[in-house]
Amino acid sequence: MDQPPSSVKLLGSWADSHTHRVQLALKLKGLEFEYQEEDFINPSPALLLHNPVYKKVPALLHGGRSIVESIVILQYIDETWTDNPIMPADPSERAVIRFWCHFTDDKLAPAVGLVFSSSGEGQKAAVDQVHENLKLLERELKDGAFKGRRFFGGDKIGLLDIVLGCGSYWLAVFEEVMEVKLIDPNPSPSSMHGCETSRSNRR
Amino acid sequence: MAEGENKGLVLLDFWVSPFGQRCRIALAEKGVEYEYREENLRDKSPLLLKSNPVHKKIPVLIDHGRPVCESLNIVQYIDEKWPDRAPLLPADSYARAQARFWADLVDKKMYESGTKLWKLKGEAQEEAKKEFIEILKLLEGELGDKKYFGGDTFGLVDIALVPFTAWFYSYEACANLSAEKEAPKLVPWVKRCRERESVSKSLPDPLKVYEFVCFLKKVYGIE
Repeated sequence: MDQPPSSVKLLGSWADSHTHRVQLALKLKGLEFEYQEEDFINPSPALLLHNPVYKKVPALLHGGRSIVESIVILQYIDETWTDNPIMPADPSERAVIRFWCHFTDDKLAPAVGLVFSSSGEGQKAAVDQVHENLKLLERELKDGAFKGRRFFGGDKIGLLDIVLGCGSYWLAVFEEVMEVKLIDPNPSPSSMHGCETSRSNRR
Repeated sequence: MAEGENKGLVLLDFWVSPFGQRCRIALAEKGVEYEYREENLRDKSPLLLKSNPVHKKIPVLIDHGRPVCESLNIVQYIDEKWPDRAPLLPADSYARAQARFWADLVDKKMYESGTKLWKLKGEAQEEAKKEFIEILKLLEGELGDKKYFGGDTFGLVDIALVPFTAWFYSYEACANLSAEKEAPKLVPWVKRCRERESVSKSLPDPLKVYEFVCFLKKVYGIE
């Protein structure tokens, strides 16, 4: 049963890609929500109350309760407001989406972070790692579970598109700031296409 | 037909892996038959490498040729594939979010922190002990007076955590850390879980786990 959209509040941070994920999901679902900007260096009492374990954004407040961790939040949004689903119905497909979401957060994102925080040979190795990770995704798009799809979610943006698309914003920033090429347009045309399509849908 | 394809359910696993045990518990809760295949982690099978090319790790559940990787992913897949019995996640979306949050926390914290207890020595080990005790107390607080983490029904968080209890003996032997003393409220929960056949049949003997840890310490050159 769909919940009334009132009393949804998001504690987030303008630069945080995990916050962007939640904002995008709420917008895709056509949900009104209140947004509260958080200083992620000095978490507010509200954030400490609603995310006592990790003390981080994003935190979604709904009906007086809080949900944290962006991928948990995205699934909560999808299961609470069931129009315009962002997850497929089939258990196998759902497992594939979850796998690549965790890959993004556990492998790809830390690799990108390492590019930003390293230099010289270490940075070169980190860039190579990012390329390797992107190639794995590329393979799934070309020949694997996502073959022939416009988005990872099929004809529409789904949960994995949201997760990757919001991260791609920072990829572009890092590329410019660090003067490294993370998304190589030659080997990865489909992931470039995915990023661009996701980015244009965010506006 | 290539090996492992279209052969019903196959679980590629390693006996001592708490991640593999999660999958065994979930399959047993659902009463689903499957073929268990022990992997030699120093000589991984072509099937494992093909089924999990990204991480090359167990466990992998292969369902009529389609692999599912990562233990919590596998447990949720099992729950969604057989929704008619023994639900492992609650129906309510908020309760589901809580279950996913805590299961994910166990994933992020328990294995790495527990491993440090037997891999490290001296001051580093003392730091690791403090960290591990914090995690146990956090989990103890979340369990509270409930029968299981999800309330009255055994579910995802219990499945995520209970395999690590077979390592408590090793943590005590290697690091002089008694999980039972540090988080006494978990003790009745452990007993309750072990009374379930799915758990008692899936978890290894803690002494055998300790033998394995001693073997690993030799391999890594740790005293």
